[in-house]
Amino acid sequence: MMRIFFQKYGFLLVIWLPVGWLSLFFMLPLIEMINVSFSEARRAVPPYNPAFQIGEKGISFQPVFDNYLLIYDYWGDYLWPAVNSIRLAFFSTVWCLFFAYPMAWWIARSKKPLQHILLVLVLMPFWTSSLLRMYALIGLLNPNGVINDFLLWAGIIVTPIQMMQTDFSIYSGMLLTYLPLMILPLYASLVRLDNALLEAAADLGAKNWEIFRTIILPLSLPGVIAGCLLVFIPAVGEFVIPALLGGPEQLMLGKVIWTEFFRNRDWPVAAAIAIILIAIIILPVVYARYQDKEGLS
Amino acid sequence: MPPFIRIQNISKKYGVLQAVDAVSFDLEKGELFSLLGPSGCGKTTLLRILAGFEVPTSGLVEIDGQNMANVDPADRPVNIMFQNYALFPHMSVFNNIAYGLQRASLAKNEINHRVEDLLKLVHLTGMGERKPATLSGGQRQRVALARALARRPKLLLLDEPLAALDKKLRSDTQFELVNIQEKLGTTFIVVTHDQEEAMTLSTRIGVMNEGQLVQLATPNEIYENPKTRFIADFVGDISFVPAKINRQDGDYWLMDAAVPIYAACEHNLEAGKSITLAIRPEKITLTPEASGKINEFPVRIDDWAFYGAGTQYRVTGPGGIKLKLFQSHNQPSNAQLRPDQIETGFIHFAPESIIILEDK
Repeated sequence: MMRIFFQKYGFLLVIWLPVGWLSLFFMLPLIEMINVSFSEARRAVPPYNPAFQIGEKGISFQPVFDNYLLIYDYWGDYLWPAVNSIRLAFFSTVWCLFFAYPMAWWIARSKKPLQHILLVLVLMPFWTSSLLRMYALIGLLNPNGVINDFLLWAGIIVTPIQMMQTDFSIYSGMLLTYLPLMILPLYASLVRLDNALLEAAADLGAKNWEIFRTIILPLSLPGVIAGCLLVFIPAVGEFVIPALLGGPEQLMLGKVIWTEFFRNRDWPVAAAIAIILIAIIILPVVYARYQDKEGLS
Repeated sequence: MPPFIRIQNISKKYGVLQAVDAVSFDLEKGELFSLLGPSGCGKTTLLRILAGFEVPTSGLVEIDGQNMANVDPADRPVNIMFQNYALFPHMSVFNNIAYGLQRASLAKNEINHRVEDLLKLVHLTGMGERKPATLSGGQRQRVALARALARRPKLLLLDEPLAALDKKLRSDTQFELVNIQEKLGTTFIVVTHDQEEAMTLSTRIGVMNEGQLVQLATPNEIYENPKTRFIADFVGDISFVPAKINRQDGDYWLMDAAVPIYAACEHNLEAGKSITLAIRPEKITLTPEASGKINEFPVRIDDWAFYGAGTQYRVTGPGGIKLKLFQSHNQPSNAQLRPDQIETGFIHFAPESIIILEDK
C-alpha cells in the first residue's frame, strides 16, 4: 500500500523544490514585470501605480495600455536598438557556432583525461568577472595595446590598426563571453555519438564530408539548437559588451531598457519594452522546440 | 587460380602489444568462416584490418585477386555488420538500408527496387518507414544485415552477430543467417567468442589465441580433435586428466593416470612422456553396477544438474580424478539413475573417445 503510494506520488516529494524555485524566482518576477508594464507611472515609491492590487478595497485589476501605446507611437526610437540587438545576437550566435563546433568535436573525440582538462579550460574564463575580461580585451586591441605594440615593434605595420570600436572588437568580446555556452551543449551531444556509426557510414562508402552531413550534423542538431538558444537569448539583452567595445552608435535594446529604468525612472515603459523583448525571443524558442519535437517523432 | 580471399602473414602491433601475430589463411568463395577466440585474442583487430579501419604492421590481404593495401574502407568490396548493429538512429529502416546505395549514386528507381528486395530477404517488408528505435532486437539485427548486404560486398564481416539477441531468438536467427548466406553465396567471416555460435554457423572455424591462429578446421574436427589444451577447453565442455605414456598394449596405449586408462592413438607415442588426456562429458557412460567394460572404474557423484535433454554430473574417481559427464535422457535405463537416489556408480568410456594433448 505504502509502496504503491510512493510509486504514484513519490515524485511530489522531489518535484516541489525545482517547481518552488522556478515559481519564486522566475514566475513571480515575470508576473510582476507584466503587472508593471500595464501600470501607470507616478512620482512615488514604487514609481508606479500597480495595475493588479490586493489592498483594503479588495482585489482590483485596472490595466493601463499607455505604455505599449507609447512604444507603438515612438516605434522608430525603439526599432533600431531592437534591430541592433537582434543583429548582434544573431551574428554572435553564428560566430560562436562556427568556432565552437570544431572545438567541441575535438574535445569530444579526445581521450578521457585530456577531455576533462579541455572542458575545465573551456569553463576557466567564467572564473573571472566578465567585465575584467572585457577590459583585458581592450588592453589587447587598443591602438596602443599589446597587439599593435607588437606589430609596430616587429615592423609589420607603421601605424596602429583600428581594432577597437569596430564589429571585430564587439564580436571578439561576444565570442569571449558566450563561446563556452555554445561548446558545452555541442560537446554533450557529440560525445554521445557512437564511433561505430561513423565507421558504419565509412564502411558503406561515405566520404568524410558525407559522414559529417548525413550522420554527425543531424545527430548533433539538438546540441546545435540548445547552444544557439543559450547564446542567442542572453546576447539579445547584452549591452555592456557593445558599450565597452563598440562605437557610440551601437545603441542596444538592453541599454534602452536600462535608461528607461534608471535615468527616466519610467518603470512601466521599461517593463513594457522588456516584455516585448521577451516575446521576440520566445517566438524562435517555441519554434525550435516545436521543430525538435517534430524531429523526434 | 588464386584463392578468393587470401590473408597472408598479417601482423599488427600496438606498441609492444602483439595484437595479431602472423595470421595466414585462405577462403574459398561462398564460405561461411568463423574466427573464434576469447576477448582480446586479436580476432576483432583482424576483422578491422579486413574492413580497412586498421592498417596491418605487416602482411597482405587479397580479395578476389586484388591487393587491399591502400584501399579505403569506403572503396573496399567488404562490408561489416557491427556488433551492436550501429544503425543510424535518425534514419528510417529504408534509409538505413539505402545509405550505401545512395553513396554509390545509384538511380532512385534502382535503389528503391534493391531496398525492397533486401527488406523481403530479411522478412521486413512494409517496415521501411519505421525508425530503428521502434524495432525489436531481432528486427534490428536483420536491418543491419540488409544494410551490410546492400552494396553486394564480396566479403561480409559479422562482428558477434548474435550476441545481442536472447537465447531463443538466437537459434532461429542462426539458421536464418545461414539460409541467407547460402541463398546469396556471399563469403562471410563471423567473429565470435561464442563457440556454440561458431560451431552452428560455420563451414570452417579458425580458433585464435593471443594473436595467433591456433587451429583451422571444420567444427567437427575442432570439437573431436582439438590441437591444444586451450582449444579443447575453449570449445565445449571437457575434463582433463594428467597422465604418463606407459606402453602400447594391443590396439591401445596404456596410460598411467591415477588409474590405468587405455587410449586409442593412430600415431606412435613416446613412452614415459607426460601428457594430458581429455574427454568430453557425453562420451562417458554412468551405470549403477559394474559392467566389466574397458576403462571402467567406480566413482562418487559430487554434484548433478538437470538439463531437460540430459543430466550433467560431476564425479570423483579413484585417486581424486575429477570428471564431468553428461547422460542423455534418450535411454529408458537411465531412469534408474535418478541422481537424487544414487551416490556412487561406475563409469566407462571408449579408448577412441580420449583426446591426447601433448602440450602442457
